[in-house]
Amino acid sequence: MDTLYVLSQLVNGLKLGSVYAMVAIGYSIVYGILRLINFAHGDIMTVAVYTILSLVTIFGLPLWMSIGASVVMAVVVGLIAERTAYRPLRAAGEETTLVSSLAVSIFLQNLMMMIFSPQRKAFHLPENLTFLHNFNGIRLSTMNIITFIAVIVILVILTFVIKRTRVGMAMRACSDNMDASRLMGININHVVVIAFIIGSSLAALSGLMLAGEYKTIDPMMGFVPGLKAFCAAVLGGIGSLGGAVLGGFVLGVAEMLFAGLMPTEITPYRDAFVFVVLILVLMVRPNGILGSREGGRS
Amino acid sequence: MRLRDNHLFRLIIFVILPLIGLIVTSMNSGSYYSGLVHLFGINIILVASLNLVNGYSGMFSMGHAAFMAIGAYASAMLTLTADQKVFLMPALPDWLMHLTLPFPVTLLVAGVLASVTALLIGFPVLRFKGHYLSVATIGLIVIVRAVLDNEDQITNGARGVTGLPDYASTGIIFSVAILCLFVLYRLIHSSYGRGLIAMRDDWTAAQTLGVNLTTKKLSAFLISAFMAGMAGGLWGHMQSVISGKFFYIDTSFKIVETSIIGGMFSLSGAIVGSALMTFIPELLAPLETGITLFGVQLPELYGASNMILAAALILIIIFRRQGIMGYSEIITDSLFSRETYLSLFRPDQYSSLAKAIVTLPVRSWQSLKARWVGQKHKSL
Amino acid sequence: MLEVTDLRVKYDTIRVIHGVSLNVREGELVALIGANGAGKSTILKTLSGLLKPESGEILFNGQPIGGLACHKIVQQGIVQVPEGRQIFSKMTIKENLRLGAFLEVSRKRWEQNLERVFTLFPILKERYHQVAGTMSGGEQQMLAIGRALLSNPRLLLLDEPSMGLSPLMTEQVFDVLRTLKQEGITMLLVEQNAYDALEISDRTYILETGTITLEGDSRRLINDPGVKQAYLGGV
Repeated sequence: MDTLYVLSQLVNGLKLGSVYAMVAIGYSIVYGILRLINFAHGDIMTVAVYTILSLVTIFGLPLWMSIGASVVMAVVVGLIAERTAYRPLRAAGEETTLVSSLAVSIFLQNLMMMIFSPQRKAFHLPENLTFLHNFNGIRLSTMNIITFIAVIVILVILTFVIKRTRVGMAMRACSDNMDASRLMGININHVVVIAFIIGSSLAALSGLMLAGEYKTIDPMMGFVPGLKAFCAAVLGGIGSLGGAVLGGFVLGVAEMLFAGLMPTEITPYRDAFVFVVLILVLMVRPNGILGSREGGRS
Repeated sequence: MRLRDNHLFRLIIFVILPLIGLIVTSMNSGSYYSGLVHLFGINIILVASLNLVNGYSGMFSMGHAAFMAIGAYASAMLTLTADQKVFLMPALPDWLMHLTLPFPVTLLVAGVLASVTALLIGFPVLRFKGHYLSVATIGLIVIVRAVLDNEDQITNGARGVTGLPDYASTGIIFSVAILCLFVLYRLIHSSYGRGLIAMRDDWTAAQTLGVNLTTKKLSAFLISAFMAGMAGGLWGHMQSVISGKFFYIDTSFKIVETSIIGGMFSLSGAIVGSALMTFIPELLAPLETGITLFGVQLPELYGASNMILAAALILIIIFRRQGIMGYSEIITDSLFSRETYLSLFRPDQYSSLAKAIVTLPVRSWQSLKARWVGQKHKSL
Repeated sequence: MLEVTDLRVKYDTIRVIHGVSLNVREGELVALIGANGAGKSTILKTLSGLLKPESGEILFNGQPIGGLACHKIVQQGIVQVPEGRQIFSKMTIKENLRLGAFLEVSRKRWEQNLERVFTLFPILKERYHQVAGTMSGGEQQMLAIGRALLSNPRLLLLDEPSMGLSPLMTEQVFDVLRTLKQEGITMLLVEQNAYDALEISDRTYILETGTITLEGDSRRLINDPGVKQAYLGGV
């Protein structure tokens, strides 16, 4: 097997991984505070993508404006879900909120179907974004490069916010001990809302990246990538941002290497492979690669 | 005396009327409504068996669709004729190719294979805490689906297997359902079941009482998977077509949804939940094709019924987390108690039933009044 | 300063506090003692806003605060040292103390309050950058009290500060409370350790299954034969 092929699979893995990483950060931020596996996260990506598509094709808005609007839309949907389906269940067990988030997910999928029909639709980014750069035989679009850089920048910014700012400290406190945080005078509803705003905005951006990569969109498109991004977050150590990004890249690369290097009979098992990896990781290192043990360092 | 405490009343409501319903259904087999009733029966098996795991042993599995799939495919392999199998499953070994078994036996095999799958996945996965277990069982569904879609020499791939013989009669579906309910009922009321419940309520305490948690968890998971496998077999023969997409995450979620709405801590809840979730979507179905409501022509609302059910589920878990039936076992208690059936021969039951019916209007008025006065008092 | 009238509190559907009335005056140390499950912690949690009262009135400096959100109550200066310490175990001592001074009012006096906490608990200065979860139970209790002091309390609610501590540590904690009392901090102390609580406090309420059965001057109660019989080992 020639090195260029392996290398290009690696790069493809990083491409896929940066999308997973972006979704996984959003998952992780919300999970870290509420211990909630927000299955609807993937569907918020779908909502954002449909928002962009409608604004561009129906209202002829420029792309950058539509992206802005899609972020706003994603945040609104995320906050409505938080207020109606998660906040009333805050005292309930984690399985209960899991079911609630699945219900929100199904609700959103069907809402999208109702409004936009279940059919696939084409989704094209402008040519300056899809232009392929050729680096010694390895091809990358402008969008891929932007995505990769965006993930790193977002990671750095969010890490700074969480480690150094007052809001970030409140978020870490809530993640550590919810009741004690309330006794410190922290308004935990604010903290949760901020987490959902960050998570949903990232979902909107990752939706755009995913759709740009697939070139078609449908109402169910967000669910499985969302689920895989959750696996990525667990893989890296859920609740830790660096872990989410690392998990995203590891999973993306592993998946592409699996798809590219394994015999063709087993390559269709890509999705299954992701979950096998998840189960293995949970068996061997239940807290993920970067995850801390209870009571250990942050 | 309250009406529902009367054994004869229970006999009529929970045994005789349903029996009449089933007899009517079996005489009209093949009609649209008998299909729904059959689905109701299969849902009871699925949900009741899921309740053993999710309600009584405190784990939270979402993997039932995977076990259904195993059961359905196993039962297809054992009931199709060699001619069909050569065409649909060419890679089957010779002995399997020519093997056809009577339907009840294939159902048992379907259950056993589902249990074996549960054993394989259960060993690593049942140790996971809380919602990680749920996610891992979703992973199981994805893995099983990948196998079904890709091993096309055995499963005919994504096209699925067609032409399953129509063996799923009213009689066999409900015999299996009642049998499963009975087994689960006895299990839950045995020392085994008390151990499970102890484990659910207090992990550490159960351990110190000498409950072997690993065996308990695994065995409950296996029994549950066994029943789900049989239900999958029945489902396949009812639909006559099976393929991976019928046994995916949405199917599993429907079962979990039904279990929660009916009440996952109760077998009676499985019956009530299954009834609601089988028949209500049929009432909502017209929404999806466009109906006229109060003179307004609604457009086709594709996905409306799933949306309404998802919203209903959220409301239930917020306002009545224990589900409709809560912890009540009135239906199974009546079904499986000797008292119920003996009441036919006890004259006092007839007289007390008559009295209860005659005084019903007065009593309901009194209780309404009491409640209203109570409310008023509370608001003061 | 704090005036509670006919307070009732429910946990889910079960009422655990059946009409409790109590008050704490400025500068006082009031103890609330009673057996396990009497509802002492429930009362404190309701005062700090972690639980919502079913009915009754809670006045703080004449203002009703019953049912307000936790952060609003902390803002008014009611600060709780929770049962079982509840420190932020994955964060450092410094961050724990910083969180104590999370609100605007207390952030302004950070320097000065920190100085005071360091004098009370020199150990916190020594371990300033260490992760809180690695400290011993007694040290964690010191941290929890220090953290509460950084919130600038006008009324300090202490929920079983001696729970799970060695006799030596317990004594140290009570010494700290004595110092705080001398500094004029108003406190409501919940304890199972009846003798120490009676000894340190000005007044005491005795709680039994959700109702107050006895109240009065601590010095008088400590010599009351009935109290001796029930709470002090019948000496």
